[in-house]
Order: sequence, then structure tokens, then C-alpha cells
Amino acid sequence: MASNKKYWKSVEELNENSSIVETLRNNEFVEPIPVDQFLGDKESLSSSSTTRRDFLKYVGFSTAAASLAACEGPVVKSIPYVVQPEEIIPGVADYYATTMADGFDFANILIKTREGRPIKVENNNLEGAKTGANARVHASVLSLYDSLRLKQPKIAGKDATWADVNTKVKASLEEAKAKGGNVVVLTNTMASPSTDALIASLVAKYPTTKHVVYDAVSESNALDAFQAVYGVRALANYDFSKADVIVSVGADFLGDWQGGGFDAGYAQGRIPKNGMMSKHIQIESNMSLAGANADVRIPMTVAQQKQALADLYYAVLSGAQPKNAQIAKVAKQLKDAKNKGVVVTGLDDVNAQLVVLAINIALQSEAFNPSDAILTRKGDAKAVAQLVADMKAGKVHTLIMNGVNPAYTLANSKDFVAALKSVKLSVAFSMKEDETSSLTTIAAAAPHYLESWGDVTITRSNYSIIQPTIRPLFNTKQFQEALLTWTDNTVAYYDFLKSFSATSLAGKSWNQAVHDGFVASVASPLTAVSADYASAASALAQAKSSNFDLVLYSKVGMGDGQQANNPWLQEFPDPITRVSWDNYVTMSKADAEANGFKNWNVANGGLNGSYATIKVGNTTLENVPVIIQPGQAKGTLGLAFGYGKKLGLKEEMQVGVNAYALYANLNSNQSATITVAEGEHEFACVQLQKTLMGRGDIIKETTLEVFNTKDAKVWNPVPMVSLDHKPTAATEVDLWDSFDRSVGHHFNLSIDLNACTGCGACVIACHAENNVPVVGKAEVRRSRDMHWLRIDRYYSSKETFAGDVELKESASGLLNSIDTFTGMEDPSENPQVAFQPVMCQHCNHAPCETVCPVAATSHGREGQNHMAYNRCVGTRYCANNCPYKVRRFNWFLYNKNSEFDYHMNDDLGRMVINPDVNVRSRGVMEKCSMCIQMTQAVKLKAKREGRPVGKDEFQTACSAACTSGAMKFGDINDSESDVAKLVESDRMYHLLEHIGTKPNVMYHVKVRNDK
Amino acid sequence: MKKVGNHKSFSKIFFSLALVLVTSLSAFSQDAAKGKELFNTNCAACHKLDGKATGPALRNVESKYDKEWLYKWIKNSGELIKSGDAQAVKVFEENNKVPMTAFPQLSNEDIDNIIAYTSEPAPLAPAATPGAPVVAGDAAADDSGVSNNVILGVLSLVMMMLVVMLFLVNNMLTKIASAKGLEVEQKDRSVANVFRAYAKNQFLVIVTVILLLLTSAYFAYGWMMQIGVDQGYEPIQPIHYSHKIHAGDNAIDCKYCHSAARVSKHSNIPSLNVCMNCHKNISEVAETTATPEYSKAFYDGEIQKLYDAVGWDKSLQKYTGKTKPVKWVRIHNLPDHVYFNHSQHVTVAGVECQTCHGPVQEMEIMRQHSPLTMGWCINCHRETNVKVEDNAYYKKIHEELSKKYGVSQLTAAQMGGLECGKCHY
Repeated sequence: MASNKKYWKSVEELNENSSIVETLRNNEFVEPIPVDQFLGDKESLSSSSTTRRDFLKYVGFSTAAASLAACEGPVVKSIPYVVQPEEIIPGVADYYATTMADGFDFANILIKTREGRPIKVENNNLEGAKTGANARVHASVLSLYDSLRLKQPKIAGKDATWADVNTKVKASLEEAKAKGGNVVVLTNTMASPSTDALIASLVAKYPTTKHVVYDAVSESNALDAFQAVYGVRALANYDFSKADVIVSVGADFLGDWQGGGFDAGYAQGRIPKNGMMSKHIQIESNMSLAGANADVRIPMTVAQQKQALADLYYAVLSGAQPKNAQIAKVAKQLKDAKNKGVVVTGLDDVNAQLVVLAINIALQSEAFNPSDAILTRKGDAKAVAQLVADMKAGKVHTLIMNGVNPAYTLANSKDFVAALKSVKLSVAFSMKEDETSSLTTIAAAAPHYLESWGDVTITRSNYSIIQPTIRPLFNTKQFQEALLTWTDNTVAYYDFLKSFSATSLAGKSWNQAVHDGFVASVASPLTAVSADYASAASALAQAKSSNFDLVLYSKVGMGDGQQANNPWLQEFPDPITRVSWDNYVTMSKADAEANGFKNWNVANGGLNGSYATIKVGNTTLENVPVIIQPGQAKGTLGLAFGYGKKLGLKEEMQVGVNAYALYANLNSNQSATITVAEGEHEFACVQLQKTLMGRGDIIKETTLEVFNTKDAKVWNPVPMVSLDHKPTAATEVDLWDSFDRSVGHHFNLSIDLNACTGCGACVIACHAENNVPVVGKAEVRRSRDMHWLRIDRYYSSKETFAGDVELKESASGLLNSIDTFTGMEDPSENPQVAFQPVMCQHCNHAPCETVCPVAATSHGREGQNHMAYNRCVGTRYCANNCPYKVRRFNWFLYNKNSEFDYHMNDDLGRMVINPDVNVRSRGVMEKCSMCIQMTQAVKLKAKREGRPVGKDEFQTACSAACTSGAMKFGDINDSESDVAKLVESDRMYHLLEHIGTKPNVMYHVKVRNDK
Repeated sequence: MKKVGNHKSFSKIFFSLALVLVTSLSAFSQDAAKGKELFNTNCAACHKLDGKATGPALRNVESKYDKEWLYKWIKNSGELIKSGDAQAVKVFEENNKVPMTAFPQLSNEDIDNIIAYTSEPAPLAPAATPGAPVVAGDAAADDSGVSNNVILGVLSLVMMMLVVMLFLVNNMLTKIASAKGLEVEQKDRSVANVFRAYAKNQFLVIVTVILLLLTSAYFAYGWMMQIGVDQGYEPIQPIHYSHKIHAGDNAIDCKYCHSAARVSKHSNIPSLNVCMNCHKNISEVAETTATPEYSKAFYDGEIQKLYDAVGWDKSLQKYTGKTKPVKWVRIHNLPDHVYFNHSQHVTVAGVECQTCHGPVQEMEIMRQHSPLTMGWCINCHRETNVKVEDNAYYKKIHEELSKKYGVSQLTAAQMGGLECGKCHY
């Protein structure tokens, strides 16, 4: 189609008679190139030191020299130890037990070190170890090698020595003592008895000292409630494996609720055994991980949740019938379950927390365990508010901070920053030059937990030891060491800790405790005193909401934002929204339509969205991207902490908005107003298709009733194909001759969709084990993410997935089908959610292998699909032919490339690289190898020791990281192994079975408890 | 050949005769020989005749101390020190307070014998002895060369004679022809003419071109295939470490120093403390170790380099604490995309180190013996049987596989040792 439009480059062009336009049109080079001038001038030509011939000689010579030099191999130096430490053998990994404790995440873990450098976090599987490692704990090893860490102490922004720091602090403490000025020690929850003792000795020496505990993401209300009932500032513990009915009111207990770590127990009860599994009802406003896993999910605003909780209280304690039919059903199930029922809540309200304690006490719930209370949250919101007020009033003389960043995490951070000026001396122990430590008098460089000694009590029955796994990389000092110096104690912290812990080791020797990483004991029972539950319940019943209920939450990836400079966590896609490198406000579709917010996909597949301005009280947060979240309760908004940080971060990581600005009074439930703002936001979302489109053979799902009463053929049908015009099971038809796999090992990975909570620990573990590169936001947006393991999240477009299948089956005729399918692309207002981890399926008849022109990918007899990177020429045929879309292509060189300035671009960050796995280069295809380096190592160990491989000794990084037991790996030719039994289970199916790829990864049908 | 053999044995006899002569010359008293034996078994670990080791030098020790005192000291020095003997305390303190092992089993007579040995004068001209094996070595090197050379020489002589004879015959015939008046046709044999004729013959041209192309392709291929293959790579190391002396002459097991090869993917370069296990006492090489190429002084200097690196003060017999790690040049460099594990080959398969690394015990300077190419690896995997005996890991798989393939011995390839993913991940 011809166009009459005239395009113009500048206003000048519109003027027909302009001479400039004429000149520009005719001459490409407006200014003449001075060739003649130079070549014509014989004098200048002859006086030039480099003649044309010389120049050509140089070019020729240097080209020849360069090509000759390229043929020569580089000289590699190899430098052995002068005195080799006994435990280090180059090439052999050492494991050390330690405990992660950064004030937000606490876990007993093992650290794998190679040649003295920590490279990976593993779960500590000794009995009694607390909280398996989540995604952040797995990623924490990379934070050790953060190139932006504070490398030495600084006084007023200038490098200083520790001696200077100590003199200055001591002088200030003495002055405070003499003048009666207040000294405040502000720390996060350290849960460390030895540190408490050291702070107590500081208080003894300087009596005006006060210790304030501040958690960036506070559980203050829950702590207050527990303290009121049990007299201990702690949080009740829950073992969901003992519960038949779990009712959660706004508690994301599979995420970060009260410190997390409940997924292992939860998953145990979710695997149907003898026709039984637990029933999980989630009442919440944001779509959380727990909500996504629930059997029944009831979206409600915060006020409605409070009323529902009050109703449950009355129903359980006095038998009153709730008005809401759904809640009435929940109440009945809870009552019927008696001591097998449990209620938890994440409502940030002391009354709600009290009522929950009352319900669980009344039910005599077995899952409810107040005695083994959780000690990893101690923060006191009131004390923090008081501190800021005192600082403002000039009542604080010396402020000593450790592990906190109030200038970033406080809602009234402006007040804090202003008040900091009236403090005589402020010290911040920090790993980063962050918002706070860049403002304090002294920025004290603190070590990473992998460089520190310490002790932690995770629960009342646990005493854990933190041991260093590497020498301090920089000139850092632990807070505890400084406390010892300031109290004139010349003992080293290690010695102090060793003698201090003597009473807590419960008969274990110090060496044994350090070796195990923790000491487990029996917690002394706590008895409840009666509290005023009735008035708490009546206060709840009167809850009303105005505007939008804003529910602030922490993401599985970013948490409270301490590790914001960790590229693994930034690139980690949120399990629910599948968006990486961002936080955003989530809202329901109805609210979005009513207020004019939009999400749409652009041509390259990227997701775009509107911006919003959120107002809470007098605080306004601008340019907040909007995500329309299926399942979000109408009238509610969700926003994640941990983003919008600016200091101590590489430029690429400075993403998102700071939700702490709206975290007034450290309360996660706020009342907000929201308006549309200009512009559109570009998200990096890794999953564009939101719904399952009724493809019931990808995620097979059934209900407990059908599962118990019907034959496996009904709920786990094998797809049929036509062979000789007779219907035949797809698994029995084969295009190729079958290969005998009964000899030797045959590895299989089993994934139980019932146990998988979608937490993503496996994704980060895979990252660490396999040197998976980080590609950055722009590349992820182009769908060039490199994750070898992804966790697909599917929504149903009807209320349930079964509804989708029905809808799809009933569609008839072309036009009807098109309409139906278009309609099915939209997720429901309150959809069912399913997670499915997908990695290379290691097909025995792999479509990728047959199309590789250079045989770079081939099959091993042990079941793995091998990938020889150096053979790959990058045709990408294999990725095109892969039905599971699990192959990843290196579009660029992701290491030692300043365009991708993540950990692989600096010497420090590269220390985390696993030396047993190749770092891939540009133009090469890569994918999950089923951790062949790990299976090979296990085999070799057995060979060296001359014994058969032990039962379940084989592991992959993902299966070892999976605390919920959803992923099991092993040798199916070993009849003793777990997978050999799992492969025979009637819940077992393979992904896209009808295409006959015969994968070595199996899935287990998801069963929902619909009772 | 027989003659050569005689020559060899003759030199051997000569050498042993010379040795006997030297020793019998020095053995001027019976007890000194016994003393030498006793010295070597009991004292040599810490003492040298000349020069300080852990303990002081012992030559002419009897001139320094009273004999009776020496008896007491040797039998139990600790007691002597404890008793407060001034001289004993002084000796103890002079030698870094390292207690000397007590030798209650030595009789006074034994000690006399040892003293007889230590009081022998230092040998003056040791040069004669190392000379002998060098001569013998030269002769040995000749023995295979001679026969080949002779054959070649005779053959070339025959060829020469043939050429000369042909020339003579030709000359003769020409002469006869001219004498008989026959006109020998003279062809134009100029180079240009021959070339013109050659160029006209298309067949010849094509054949030559093909040959040329093939040869150049052959050489180009050969040249390209050696890129990145460093077979024979023999870099100069910061310390001249002779595997020949250690693994060859002294027959030290490879895995004594490269101990990680048993359990790790790397066969480590030993840390310097391993060197010092022996070299704390061996600060110089024996006279017999020196070769014309490398003198004793050279070797001693290399040992001194080790001491400098590890921070060992030879005279004080103490570590100074000042270390400077040795930056060895790595010889065997596998590319990053290959996973190789020493323990699999050394411990599990029981492969001799020499299989891949060559006759290391003969290498004065370490070099890369094998090409370390993939073809080389694969060949070995095809030919080598897996060592399944006494290894419970292999029991089941061996039974099943041997039934499957109908063989009693399985090669590494049959066990799956040719799969890409076994080495590339």
C-alpha cells in the first residue's frame, strides 16, 4: 500500500528553499574529508614518520605476530601450599556444619568448601536440625563474595583502623557514663545467648545502656500476644504434619511467616497415605504460597479476615454458628478435627494473634507447640518507636547498631536520619555501606556469617553453633569482638563462646557440637496463663476497612532485602507472579478494571503494566508498577518488602520501590488509596501463559474422593494412540528399538506435585551447583533466562482445574472452540493454583538428540541426556525440538563481560563457581545435566571404597535442597531405593506421555482434599 | 653383538675392581668398617660427618670431647643433661635443645668403632668414581648404534660403487661408439625443453597437482592437529627438581609426594612441608649424584632454593617463618571442559602413573609424555580392562555386563567409558 505520508527529520526540512537541506540531501559528508590536503602536500607526507609502506609493513608484521602468538599455549602457574593444612586436599570438598543467622533467616546448614572457599549451602540432615535452607539461605553463599562489601572500618567516611574505632567508641561510652547520657544498642534479632551476655556486661559497665531489638519485618504483635499468654517473648511453633485440618487466616506459613521453615512438616501431611491427607483452608487477601497450595482458598479483605477469625473463635469456644456459610463450613471442619485441627494467622494485630492462641489451646491442637517456641523474632515495635522519639529529643548520646538498616527499613526513616544528627556518636556494624552506615559516625565493617563464630537458639529446644568456613576476606570484626573490647575483656570471642556454651551443650562435647552444628534438647513445658481472649475477639469482630487494605509481605526471593545485591535472588522469579527483578503492587482484576490499571504483553512477549501512586496516611509511594493478581481479594493490595534499595548495590540491582516507606508503626496491614500514574512499566516475567488451558495431562489432578474410590485408570489415565487401528497405550508404542537399561545404574528423578510447595530452594541450589549464569532484567524480559530448573505456576480459568477440563471437552465446533480457548486464557478471580518444577526430562528417546547435527547431545546408558558443550555449534535445533522447552542458549558471554556485571564479572564473585562444572561460553546450548558431576562423584567414592552404592546415596542439587520431600532422586535399578518404589506408584506419570519421549523424570498426580 | 657384550662386562669388572680398591684402601682398620655400618643405621638420620644437620658434624668428634663423656652422652644424653653436666647442657643448648635419642644398646666397643669411623680423614679426590659409570654409559649407548651405522655405511658404499660403475660403463660405451664411428643422437636436454614437454603432458600435470594438493593437505592437517597439543612440553621450573633422582635413583613412590592422586581429581604438586620430610636432613646431594651436566654444587643450590622457599635455616636448623611459595609451571593442562579424576585411574583402576606420564623415573626434567588428546584417552578406554577384582562396587554390574556381551573381561568402553557426559560436564 502506497503511502502519501511525508517523513521529515527536522523542522528545517519543511522549508523547501533551505540551502542547508539542499546540501544535506546531496552530500553524505558535508565537510570534505581532507584526503587531498594530506596526500597532495608532499612535504608533510615525507616528513611523516610513518610512510604508507611502513604502515603496511607494520600491519602485516603485527598480524603475523598475533597469529603466531595465538598458537602458543599460555603458561599456567601452579602454586602449592608451603604447609598444607591436613584437612584440605586440592580437588576434594570439605563440609562444615554451621548456622545461618542474619536476623531474618535462621537455619542449620552444611557448607561445602573447595580449596578453602565456601561454594554451596546444603541442608543439615541430622535429626533435630531446624528449618531447612530456603532460597535465600542457599543464595547467601554468594553474598559472602559481594564485591560491594564494606572492606574496612570507616570513621566519618574515611578509612580507619579498628584501634581508632575502639578508642572513639570507648571515649564516647565513658563520656555517656560520666554525663549520664543514654547509650542504645540497636540490633536485629540475634537469638544469641552469648551476645546477650556480652550486651549485659556492657550494660553492667555502662549502666545507662539499653538494648533495643528491631526486626525490619516485624512480628511484634504476635510476640506481644505470645508473651501475654506464656510470659516468654517468642512465637508459637507448629508441626503441620500432625494436623488434619489446617486453617490459615492470612498466614503465609509456606513463605516467610514467623521465620518460615514449616514446609517440611506440612508436605508430610499432604502426601495421601492410606486414603488420608490433611485439609488446608486458606483465608487471605494476597495470593501467597500457602494460598496457592491450599485445598480451599477464600479471598478476603483484612477486616473480613478479622471477623472470620472472631467467628471461628466463637464457633470453637461457644459453638455459635458463623453467619458466613463458607466460614461456617470451616468452623465445622475445625471442630470435627478436634485436636487434629490447627489455626494460624498472619494478621498483624495483637487481638488476632491472641484469639488464635485461644483457639489452638481450646482445640488442644497437637500441631500447636508453644513449648518449643521460636526465638528468631524478638523485635519490639514500641521500643523502636520510643527510640526514634528519644533520638529526636536529643536523649540518645551513643547509638550502637548491628545488623540493622533503619534508614532504609523504617517508615519514618526521614525522622531517624534527622535525629541521627543529634546523636553524639553512632556506630553501625554492617556488611555494606548502606543507607544507615553511610550516615553514622563509624561504619564498622562486619563479617559475613560464614566468616564468624557465634551461637543461636532457633527454638527453645535448639542451641546452634555458627562456625566460620573461611578466613575473613576483609578487615572486618564481629560485633561480639567489639563488645568484648569495649568491656575491657581481653578474651577472644571464640574462647568466650566456648566457655559460655558449656552449659548449653546438653552433654555434647564442644567439638561434637561444632561438628553437628547444633545441640538438640527437650524444651521445658510452658503453661498458658489466661488472657482476655473475649475482648480480643469482640474487638476483632468489629473490624472495618476503609479504602484499600494494603498487605505488605516479603517475597520468597528477596525477603527483607538484606541480600538485595545478590544477583541469584534478583533473578529468582517470584513463585506466584513469575516476575523477577521487581516488586510491584498486586491487585484484583475487578479493582484494576474499576480504577483503570492494565497489564498487557508487547510484541517481544514482554509484560507491561501501568504505574500506580499509593498513599498511606501522609506517605506517598510513587511509580509503583501494577500486577493484576488472580486470587487477590477485592479491595486489597499487596506489596513486597526488600526492593527500592539504592546504597551498597550495583546499578543493575537497584530495582523496585521501597515498601518500607508504607510500613507505618511496623504494621503490615495498612489502609491505602491508589491512583493511576503516568507511564508504563516493563516487567521481566518468565511465564506469559498464565492458565493450564485444560491440558489435564500436563498437571494431572484429582480429588481425594476420586483418588480413594476410583481406579488409577480414571484419575491417572495413560494416553492412548492408534496402532494398527487399535487403541494402544502411548507408553507401549515405540519408534525406536528399546535399549536395555536394566544393567548398572538408571537414574530417575521423582517429583511429587502434592509435596511441592513451589518454594524455589531447588532453583537457587541448581544455580549454585551448576554455575548457571545471571543474565539480567533486560534479557529475562526477552525470555532468555538461563534457569536450568523452572517452577511453572498454572492458574485455572474456572474455579478449579477440573472445571477447565470440562469446559474444554464440551467445546464443539471451530468457532465455539476458539471462543472457549480465548476465554480460558484468563485466569479465574479465585483460581486453583498448581506448581510444577520442570527441568530437562532426560528422555530415553530424546527429540533433541536426533536433530543435533554435530552429536553434541547424546544419551548415556545411565539415563542422562548428556550435553558436550565444546561440541555444540549453537544451531539451537535441539531447543526447537524439545517439547518441554528446557534447553537454554548462551546468547552472550555471561562471564568476564562488563555488559553482564553480575558475580561472574568480578574476581570475588567468581569464587563461588563450582570447579567441577564447566562455565559455558557464548553460542552454546546448556541444560540440566541431572547433576552428573554429583552422581559420578558418588560412584567414584563407592568404587574407591570397594562397596556398592548405598541406599539413596545418589542426589542432585535440587533433590538435596528439597526439604518438603517433593523431589527424590536415585537409581531405579536398585530395588531398595525410594525412586524404585516411586516409579511403581499408581500416582506416577510422565510429562506429555503421549509423545513417547520416555522421560527419566516422573511426576506424581496432585491430589486435592475436597472434603 | 657378542663383542659389544664383552666390552660391557669388561667395563663392569673394571668398575667394581676400582670400587673394591678404593674401599679397601680406606679400610685401614677393621673396626672403622663396622663403625660405618653402625653410624649409618643409628646416627646418619641426624648427623653428618661434615656439616651440621639436626645434630652437629661428627668428624673428629673424639678430639673435642673426652671419650668417657661421649660414652655417657651417647647412651643417655637426657640423663646427663638432667644431672647438670655443664658440657652436656652446653651441647644441648647449642643444638636448638633438640634431645638426642638414647642408645643404651650400644656397647663401648661399638662406640669405639663409630669413633674410629668418624675419625677417618675426609676423602680428597672423589672425582674418579663418578667418571667410571659415565664411560660405561657411553659404551652402552654405542652398542645399538654401531650395527645400524655399519649396515648403512656398507649400503651407501655399495650404492656409490654402483653409481661409479654405471658412469664408467657409460663412458666406455660412448668411447666405443665414437671409435666405431657411430653417431650418438644428441637430444636437447635443456631444462626449458624438459619443462615444456612436461607442461604439454596434461596427465602428468594433473597427477602432480593432485599429489601436491594431497601432500599439502596432509601437512596442513598434521600441523593443525598439533595446535594445543603440548606433547613434550618441558618448561624450565623455578627449582630444578629431578624426578630421575627421586623416583628413579631413590625409588620413592610417586604417591608419596603426589598423595592426592589417590583420593582426588588432582594429583597435587606436593606442598613444601612434604619435601622437608626428607630434605630436613638432606641438605646436599651425594658426590655420586652429580653428572657432567649438573654438578653437585648445582644440585645443592637447588636444595637451597627449597630452603629459601620454605623458610628453613640450614645452619640454625630452624624454620624462620619467612616463606615464599614456589610458582611451578604447570605441565599437564587439560582444557576446562574435560573432567579428569586421578583417583579413578590410580586407586580404582590401579593404572601405573607411567602409563600416561611416561618414564618419569628417567626424566631429569619433567615433560609431558602423552599428547593428552581425546583420541588418546578414548584409545586407552577401548583397550583397557576394568579392574573389577576385589571391588564390591563392580560385582553386580560386571556379572550382568559380561553375560550381556559374552566376555569375562570388560573394557572401560563397555562399562560406559566412552559416553560424552562421563568426562564433559
